[in-house]
Amino acid sequence: MTLTERLREKISQAFYSHGLLCASYPVPIVLFTGLCILACCYPLLKLPLPGTGPVEFATPVKDYAPPPADPDHRPGEPSERPEWYVGAPVAYIQQIFVKTSVSPWHKNLLAVDVFRSPLARAFQLVEEIRNHVLRDSSGTRSLEEVCLQVTDLLPGLRKLRNLLPEHGCLLLSPGNFWQNDRERFHADPDIIGTIHQHEPKTLQTSATLKDLLFGVPGKYSGVSLYRKRRMVSYTITLVFQRYHAKFLGSLRARLMLLHPSPNCSLRAESLVHVHFKEEIGIAELIPLVTTYIILFAYIYFSTRKIDMVKSKWGLALAAVVTVLSSLLMSVGLCTLFGLTPTLNGGEIFPYLVVVIGFENVLVLTKSVVSTPVDLEVKLRIAQGLSSESWSIMKNMATELGIILIGYFTLVPAIQEFCLFAVVGLVSDFFLQMLFFTTVLSIDIRRMELADLNKRLPPEACLPPAKPVGRPARYERQLAARPSTPHTITLQPSSFRNLRLPKRLRVVYFLARTRLAQRLIMAGTVVWIGILVYTDPAGLRTYLAAQVTEQSPLGEGPLASMPVPSGVLPASHPDPAFSIFPPDAPRLPENQTLPGQQPEPVGPGESIQDGPVPEVTWGPEDEELWRELSFRHWPTLFSYYNVTLAKRYISLLPVIPVTLRLNPREALEGRHPQDGRSAWSPRGPAPPGLREAAGPLGPGGAPVPGDVTLYKVAALGLAAGIALVLLLLCLYRVLCPRDYGQPGGGGRRRRGELPCDDYGYAPPETEIVPLVLRGHLMDIECLASDGMLLVSSCLAGHVRVWDAQTGDCLTRIPRPGQRRDSGAGGGPEAPERWAPLPGGGREDSPPRRRRPRGPPAALFGDQPDLSCLIDTDFAAQPKPAPPEPRHRAGCGRVCDAPGYDFGRLVQRACRSEAAARRPPSPVPPPPAGDPARDKDGPPPAWAPSADGSIWSLELQGGLFVVGRSSGRLEVWDAIEGELCCSSEVSSSGITALVFLDKRVVAARLNGSLDFFSLETQALFSPLQFRGTPGRGSSPSSLQSGSDTVACRLTHTVPCAHQKPITALKAAAGRLVTGSQDHTLRVFRLEDSCCLFTLQGHSGAITSVYVDQTMVLASGGQDGAICLWDMLTGSRVSHMFAHRGDVTSLTCTASCVISSGLDDLISIWDRSTGIKLYSIQQDLGCGASLGVISDNLLVTGGQGCVSFWDLNYGDLLQTVYLGKNSEAQPARQILVLDNAAIVCNFGSELSLVYVPSVLEKLD
Amino acid sequence: NPAPRGPRASGGHHDLVQRSLVLFSVGVVLALVLNLLQIQRNVTLFPDEVIATIFSSAWWVPPCCGTAAAVVGLLYPCIDSHLGEPHKFKREWASVMRCIAVFVGINHASAKLDFANNVQLSLTLAALSLGLWWTFDRSRSGLGLGITIAFLATLITQFLVYNGVYQYTSPDFLYIRSWLPCIFFSGGVTVGNIGRQLAMGVPEKPHSD
Repeated sequence: MTLTERLREKISQAFYSHGLLCASYPVPIVLFTGLCILACCYPLLKLPLPGTGPVEFATPVKDYAPPPADPDHRPGEPSERPEWYVGAPVAYIQQIFVKTSVSPWHKNLLAVDVFRSPLARAFQLVEEIRNHVLRDSSGTRSLEEVCLQVTDLLPGLRKLRNLLPEHGCLLLSPGNFWQNDRERFHADPDIIGTIHQHEPKTLQTSATLKDLLFGVPGKYSGVSLYRKRRMVSYTITLVFQRYHAKFLGSLRARLMLLHPSPNCSLRAESLVHVHFKEEIGIAELIPLVTTYIILFAYIYFSTRKIDMVKSKWGLALAAVVTVLSSLLMSVGLCTLFGLTPTLNGGEIFPYLVVVIGFENVLVLTKSVVSTPVDLEVKLRIAQGLSSESWSIMKNMATELGIILIGYFTLVPAIQEFCLFAVVGLVSDFFLQMLFFTTVLSIDIRRMELADLNKRLPPEACLPPAKPVGRPARYERQLAARPSTPHTITLQPSSFRNLRLPKRLRVVYFLARTRLAQRLIMAGTVVWIGILVYTDPAGLRTYLAAQVTEQSPLGEGPLASMPVPSGVLPASHPDPAFSIFPPDAPRLPENQTLPGQQPEPVGPGESIQDGPVPEVTWGPEDEELWRELSFRHWPTLFSYYNVTLAKRYISLLPVIPVTLRLNPREALEGRHPQDGRSAWSPRGPAPPGLREAAGPLGPGGAPVPGDVTLYKVAALGLAAGIALVLLLLCLYRVLCPRDYGQPGGGGRRRRGELPCDDYGYAPPETEIVPLVLRGHLMDIECLASDGMLLVSSCLAGHVRVWDAQTGDCLTRIPRPGQRRDSGAGGGPEAPERWAPLPGGGREDSPPRRRRPRGPPAALFGDQPDLSCLIDTDFAAQPKPAPPEPRHRAGCGRVCDAPGYDFGRLVQRACRSEAAARRPPSPVPPPPAGDPARDKDGPPPAWAPSADGSIWSLELQGGLFVVGRSSGRLEVWDAIEGELCCSSEVSSSGITALVFLDKRVVAARLNGSLDFFSLETQALFSPLQFRGTPGRGSSPSSLQSGSDTVACRLTHTVPCAHQKPITALKAAAGRLVTGSQDHTLRVFRLEDSCCLFTLQGHSGAITSVYVDQTMVLASGGQDGAICLWDMLTGSRVSHMFAHRGDVTSLTCTASCVISSGLDDLISIWDRSTGIKLYSIQQDLGCGASLGVISDNLLVTGGQGCVSFWDLNYGDLLQTVYLGKNSEAQPARQILVLDNAAIVCNFGSELSLVYVPSVLEKLD
Repeated sequence: NPAPRGPRASGGHHDLVQRSLVLFSVGVVLALVLNLLQIQRNVTLFPDEVIATIFSSAWWVPPCCGTAAAVVGLLYPCIDSHLGEPHKFKREWASVMRCIAVFVGINHASAKLDFANNVQLSLTLAALSLGLWWTFDRSRSGLGLGITIAFLATLITQFLVYNGVYQYTSPDFLYIRSWLPCIFFSGGVTVGNIGRQLAMGVPEKPHSD
């Protein structure tokens, strides 16, 4: 136990000092971390790029033997062999490359003759190969014994059943199109149709059947009607199971003997082994893509939670960089220590990210930003780090433990994964501590700097605006917000988290991540480029071929020139026994050939020699298979359910075979239909074309005659343009028109600073409100029932206004005050009231001066007091004792802090009264004397009996006043007469509820009094009877038609231990909130306590309750709790504000709270998730009102702003006249008829909601 | 007395339908993807036929999985509210996404890794599933429901295989593979996680993965 705590202490201390370090030297640390990352990623350069292109390795043919299956890797000897070159290959592939041409060309030959008889020769060749038998001392060996025996084709390939060999040697030739049946070939009228019948209609990059059987890329085969080079080439592909050098040698020798290639310069000395990587098909791609989508969703949802920082996206990027580079470091480190990754990196990557996670980063951010904002950056970082240190270490230990368990599963793949994950976790921790923390400190410092710049002007022009009568509040604010401008760190922009419609939000999200998209695209382009360059069938070989072609253009003849066609060094007596002759190409052939060649080479050729293609063999023919699709061999083998993934095949050097046919043979092979077939009319055309292009032909440069290529290119271009247009249209449709333009940002900026009167000017309207003037001091309490409006000021005056017209109906001066200060009497218009001599003479100058004046330590110095107490009282002030903050946030109705003053005054009054005045009558005299309204003397209450007004409620023409003296008064609002009053207790009434003839008063001592108002008959002065136990004073009598009496029905003597600060009633329930951190729910009828709700860790400052029995409460701990009033259970708990929650209200879907941090936050009511928050002007924190379910009004410096609650959009800002600009709106009261009452210090403004908003509503 | 949960009670039906639709689609997509993972081992190269393998399983598998997902995903929050202990542990979409990723990873491991024998595979997967529950759920109701679901689903598959509806390549636990209950358990926990998050009523649905 103690050990844990000591450990905890140590860890926290270490983190603290580390945080200090990071925040002190951010730049060197970031640089150092960057260097570390680079150093750790350096080994990654050696790793091959991920790609699926095959890898090649060449070995000389001489004394080739298959590599041993056991890789005896001698450590001292760095072998050049690739790692995959182990064991025998899947197959050896021998291609016999046949080039044929009909020469000389006669004019009467048809285009089809170019390939018909050359193809016919394939049957003969296949026959020869099949029948080849090696006879040597060890016996005979036929092809069947050496070749790769294949079984069935895969069941899905029935249509290829007749075309590909089954149950026998895998031997492919163009003859397979006709089932290797010569008769069938001769009977086929449409060769090209047969060949192309299995070609896919669409563009296909992988190997087609034609490619497989011909063994050369389509454009080289020459089987086309429109070729200008009348040369046909194809290969016969033989697949061997084993490498039998003798057999191969004899086959090669025999074929070259039979069909010699006179000028062949192929060296044929190396075997090429091709290793195929794992194939990624669609079936594997879909799960991969799914995991990546989940990964991105995870990243999105994680980084969305980063809040309250200067640059949200910068930090999110830093978080992603942290995780990614930790993974890279992990791989790099593992590679460095000789652990080569065998797992597919792309596949396990998402899982690694998910395992490592973003949680720590988010926790760190949250912890740092929730430290007190007035601290120094260093200390904030250090505190944030150290407060989360324990959980971070614990989490890390847990994860390491889980991974350790995973390591003991003893499955190699999981072990490897775990190893990577461990290293990744450790490096992630390292990066979090060094990189992310430092970035965070930089961010927070930037935020403060930006804040300093932004906040200074409004502060400079802001009036101190702290009324003198509110010392307690002022001190509190001093504590919360020290006066140096550095420390005001609330940054408006970062608090806004607009809640947009789903569609727009998705679009915004996509739009915001355009950077990411671009990065990915750029990366992809680079990657594809590298792939194309390194791919064996790709650009590099093409370039290499181009380069070599440049020189071989001259070399080709050179190579063929030295061939002495007539010189025959030594003819091999029996080619069947010859072992692969190294000088085979130079075999002379004239004698052994069937004899067709010598004759045509005579005059015929000399006549038309120019256009006749010379059958040449260049170096490019040696590796013709490179031109094939790299899927060629995997496709072929996959037909027989043999996979080449992670295996290799060996390609033997090609055997060149040259066939020359004379025209006679070509004519003989002709099909009877050829002459009149569809292409016969076109027959002469190719020669014509050929004549035209004749000079080009022999140059060897193949003229690109492939029309389909152009077609495809054109189609692709068209499709691309169409796609771009479509996307453009989509963009236009989906995105708001002003998106991405400066105007688009305007809306947001307006949202940030709704009442910005310098810099950016929001579109504003100005309306002239009804200004209700008359109070001499700041208005403290405000109540309305829709028709009437009652306000009371610090001076103790109460005024009743008509909420429709703004007329002052009644004014009730502070009892005990001389009436002359308000000599008007009766209902009077505010315009007439303001310049009244009584008010103007003495009060106007100080009133104007007061808000700007520095707060005085001694309240007695203020001239304002003259209207409160007699001057002789004021001459002997008492020093203000430090007051507890019990009514600091008593809510909207009573803007609290004034009461301290009132109490003080009351105390002063009491003492002075005791000293100087005659003892006052204990039963107060009849309060409402009829003459009072007609400018009579004010009711002469004893000073000890009255006190300042702490609470005020209005309903149905009656209003209830709760005073600091504990006196409850019921007044008639219209007549301005006191109906009745009650002084049950001397403890001040901090809050009142007036509901259906029921009045509940909450007192400072924690007790609750339930009164009921009874209307009595005329002239029946009623004695008020309180509960017998308590000293109740009789009260209430009334003249007039009705008498209202208030009767104490119940008293809950000790509802709370400490003063009750909040009181609300709805749905037959009464809820009290107190400074003792608890809430209590009472039944209104019998004042029975139902629940005591505990959950706050500070005094309750505000309570909201509505008809749906949902109860919300906010406390000094900055938290908001939602309760179910039926069960008394806590539904949710949100940490809402730094500092007290000052007011709280709900709509059907949201909870709206305001705090001492001048933020208004809107929460989802059902989930407790914060939707967005609105930064308020200084001093307007608590001024908010809900007009309807989706219209919120907030107050600012001389203005009010309307917000769309659902989306957080600022709809309109209305300035209320010119002169009140400097005054912040302290309270906002929404009346039923869509009018708003704003409290600007000592005057009220009655604003009717602009008509635009009504429409929107 | 007025209804205690006014806002939710009013839109309850609509909400329920929407949630079950989301859960159903999640189930279908997961079934397709995971089925692909499972059969992938036997799949070799078919450039043309590969598309067909996406739907190579019987047509009834995805709807069944979707329905099961909807039922389970609705059952979890329902049981939570009946027990009166709302699930509070890591209630956020990021955690749900993490959970889904781990679930897919477990399937990936079961399909792709070479284990020495089936017992080892099953034990590993069981540990992983429990780890999943501990990391993302940690509620007793979640554990109980997960085990019940695993048990029932295993029973049903045994029954199906017994009746020859389909079969497993190398059964080692009566008629099925022994790791199947673990997959069912972790699937139940995952879907329950999604269901709970949806029940919290955030108006966003997860990416249609």
